Amino acid sequence: MTSTIEAPRSPYSRAPRSRGVNWEKWGWIYMRVSGVVLVVLIFGHLFVNLMVGEGVSALNFAFVAGKLTTPFWMVWDVLMLWLALIHGGNGMRTLVNDYATQRLTRGILKSAILAAVVILIVLGTLVVFTFDPCPAGSPADLLPSFCPAS
Amino acid sequence: MPEQAATLTSQQKTTSRRPAGTLYRGREGMWSWVLHRITGVAIFFFLLVHILDTALVRVSPEAYNAVISSYQTPIMGLGETALVGAIVFHAFNGLRIILIDFWNAKYQKAMFYVVIALWVVTMLAFVPRHLINVFSH
Repeated sequence: MTSTIEAPRSPYSRAPRSRGVNWEKWGWIYMRVSGVVLVVLIFGHLFVNLMVGEGVSALNFAFVAGKLTTPFWMVWDVLMLWLALIHGGNGMRTLVNDYATQRLTRGILKSAILAAVVILIVLGTLVVFTFDPCPAGSPADLLPSFCPAS
Repeated sequence: MPEQAATLTSQQKTTSRRPAGTLYRGREGMWSWVLHRITGVAIFFFLLVHILDTALVRVSPEAYNAVISSYQTPIMGLGETALVGAIVFHAFNGLRIILIDFWNAKYQKAMFYVVIALWVVTMLAFVPRHLINVFSH
């Protein structure tokens, strides 16, 4: 009678990857590429909103209206929105994969993350591109100075 | 690719007393990783809230101003200081991770202290100015 003994300490065999996109690799690359861009975008965002002038004390509707009617800041904010939410959502997915041990828990948590990311990306993008800096019927002292007097 | 870059050289394995083969177990490598996760989660949940509060500009100037004025209170001012501290650490340590992966894992420990130094410098530039803005209005 013969029996085969596996060579000790041989690496366990993984099923060879079937064809298709290696999404984990692209996620890994995305975290690094978006991370570098986000450092610039978020540091700029924090500097302009919290450091210039009176910082957080100067923030109000008129300030945001001034930014969201400037194409430069619209592009800046939308880029930040998409890059940061996907970066954060993918990071949270990593934590769920690491710490949630039940398959069902993982599924629920990752679905919740995906839903939050998708809903907030849609909401934020709509807000930036449908924004009205001079809503009718609002008190003039709350509006930016470029709004026509009503 | 990342595993390979994170593997220590054989010389380091024999001279170091910490678990071999990874820089994410023990000491600077591990604590930077722990901080990266904690700050990342904190920033993610703030981001969710921050998009919702900013979306109020689409509701009415009054609604947006009401919520943003709660960000201008002293307690929230301290919270913003903590938030910026978390973001600055996550940013600089993220760049350190990229350098570990694409440049050289050998310098990860030194780079962790560079991250801390840059964090201190950035916070010294930010915190006094921010607290003056919060507490003088």
